[in-house]
Amino acid sequence: MQPTRFITSDSSTSDRVSGFIAHLREHGVRSGMFECGEILRSLQQLDPLNSEDVRLACKAVCVSNADDYRRFDDLFNAYWFAHGRQRSSVCNAQSNSSKSNRSLLQQHTEQSTNGKGNQLSQPDDTADKQNNDEGEQAHQGEGRLIGSRIRNIEKTDLRQLMVPEDLQRAEQLATQLASAIRDRRSRRRRADKRGERMDMRRVIRASVSHAGDPVKLYRQKRPDRSVNLVALLDVSGSMTVYAKVFLAFLKGLVSHDQRTDAYLFHTSLVRVSDALRDNDTFRAVNRLSMMAQGFGGGTKIGSNLQTFNQQYAARTITSRSVVIILSDGYDTDPPEVMAAALQKLKKRNCKIIWLNPLKGWKNYEPVAMGMAAALPMLDLFASANTLESLAALEPHLARL
Amino acid sequence: MTWQSLQSDLADNGYIASNSLAMALHLSLSLSRPILLEGEAGVGKTDVAKMLSQIKSCELIRLQCYEGLDASAAIYEWNYQRQLLSIRALTDQGKASAQSTDAAALASVEEEIFSDRYLLKRPLLQAITQATAPVLLIDEIDRADEEFEAYLLELLSEFQLSIPELGTVKAVTIPHVVLTSNGTRDLSDALRRRCLYTWVDYPDRSTELAILNKRLPHIDATLAQQVVGFVQALRKEELDKNPGVAEMLDWAAALYGLGIHDLSDDPVALQASLVCLLKTRADLDGIPTEVAQRIAGSAG
Repeated sequence: MQPTRFITSDSSTSDRVSGFIAHLREHGVRSGMFECGEILRSLQQLDPLNSEDVRLACKAVCVSNADDYRRFDDLFNAYWFAHGRQRSSVCNAQSNSSKSNRSLLQQHTEQSTNGKGNQLSQPDDTADKQNNDEGEQAHQGEGRLIGSRIRNIEKTDLRQLMVPEDLQRAEQLATQLASAIRDRRSRRRRADKRGERMDMRRVIRASVSHAGDPVKLYRQKRPDRSVNLVALLDVSGSMTVYAKVFLAFLKGLVSHDQRTDAYLFHTSLVRVSDALRDNDTFRAVNRLSMMAQGFGGGTKIGSNLQTFNQQYAARTITSRSVVIILSDGYDTDPPEVMAAALQKLKKRNCKIIWLNPLKGWKNYEPVAMGMAAALPMLDLFASANTLESLAALEPHLARL
Repeated sequence: MTWQSLQSDLADNGYIASNSLAMALHLSLSLSRPILLEGEAGVGKTDVAKMLSQIKSCELIRLQCYEGLDASAAIYEWNYQRQLLSIRALTDQGKASAQSTDAAALASVEEEIFSDRYLLKRPLLQAITQATAPVLLIDEIDRADEEFEAYLLELLSEFQLSIPELGTVKAVTIPHVVLTSNGTRDLSDALRRRCLYTWVDYPDRSTELAILNKRLPHIDATLAQQVVGFVQALRKEELDKNPGVAEMLDWAAALYGLGIHDLSDDPVALQASLVCLLKTRADLDGIPTEVAQRIAGSAG
């Protein structure tokens, strides 16, 4: 019989490793007991005192996609070496309950960085507002918007922007719209057990193995050739008012289907599909706010679309893709940049939909130069400033 | 064996692996877990499996995935023609000895035609029935359908396959499984969880130079420097398709074959040889002579 063991501090290797796994999980890397076991197994084969070896081993075991692969080193250093990574206030609030589970090392980290951390991670409302005001003033300089060079350091908490009812409604809408756009059937036929038509060729081919008697009857049907959705959401200062609706909408689009991709952009572009796909809405929003650094700053639509073309479009956009851009079209890049980027995107033979909240306004003319340049490349240019206007889009989208 | 020794073994065979790749490979060998390699086309994901089979001096079994790949092409199929022939032969025999109606004889016929001899082993089944553990390369898994991923799960976690007529086939030896993906679609979490993961990136300048020197040892040192510098700079340009390591090697071989010793020598030949690197018309148009010269000038 084993005596009961009391853990006085996180001393044994396995405790520390499981603490590390919990740390990873908190930051959205999917890992659990299995990975913990695998790390311990692999540590037996390595020199556990060589931190580089351990880092590489943990990386191979715990990480399972490219995004996590890129940020793993930061997370590793944050846990084991108490380096830099700031935990956002949102994370703190959420994980207070599980604080007791965390390692002493980590608590120490927080204490040592608290001086700076407080300032960064808990922006009070007034400071936030002031900063926004300053941003606005800077923008007014020459009568047009100027992309904020200095990205807002504090992470705006998108949680305030998501009200549960709106979220639900927007998710419903997104599901409806997505299925309106997505449901397409192929003209070709494919094998299917309960298909409407007999696959004569295959029946005859299979009858060879039964001496010419068609024992097995194969059927075929026209399969779904569903459309891939890619959504790009502008979260710049001018769009803040609509962010509430659109973020919820994005979440609805993404969580409905594995293949849907979502991106946020302001002065730079981030892929948020994985963060949005999180079942836990609050955690999803937490992760989003971490990603949306500089949220509420200026917009560089043109160069963001270029980045999208270069980094993501090649492998995600096909002729079966529909790209949805949610933006007001106020661009700080010259309009040619956006036009060129859209043209390039269009060459991938996808459909481009631009939903512009300003279009819903009376007497709106797409005079923003960028918007005017973009118009020829769009398959659909529609207004979307409320949930109702989004809902009204369904027939248009179905026709695309 | 440590991961460093694996890394140097790979280097001896002409493959320069990054630390994280070498570690992941080492762990996948020692923990007997599959390894999933993701990265752009042309960074040498498939070559990893080839080199691994050379180092381990074992067989390389390759399954190229494509849309519509199904169990009969990947796991097993019954050899119908042969079954038919043997049934015919057996019944003829049976008639001669007047036993064709005997139930026991029928059962033995059935047993016979659903035995191992009539089974066509496709790559996955082959891989788990070898006497020495082979390297199983499942190439471009993202091209296969999602259903096929589900087939793979049983193999990758339990190393066994279920064949209805024969029962479950357990692995004789556990193969070293290497999966590659270009990321044309997201893989399921279930598949990812069963694998060790590494992102293979384009090599940095010094690594790429080492690769070039390994593969083409007779090339001039200056030309090698320039070639690598040029390709590295080219990847920063806005291209539809970035040149991979294989393209770089092709190009270096082409330049060597053309007798060019310095990139700035012959602009016309340089421009003509770019077909080795740039594989779409837009890219070729996008790098006109002046741009190529500029890049070549700063590449040395």
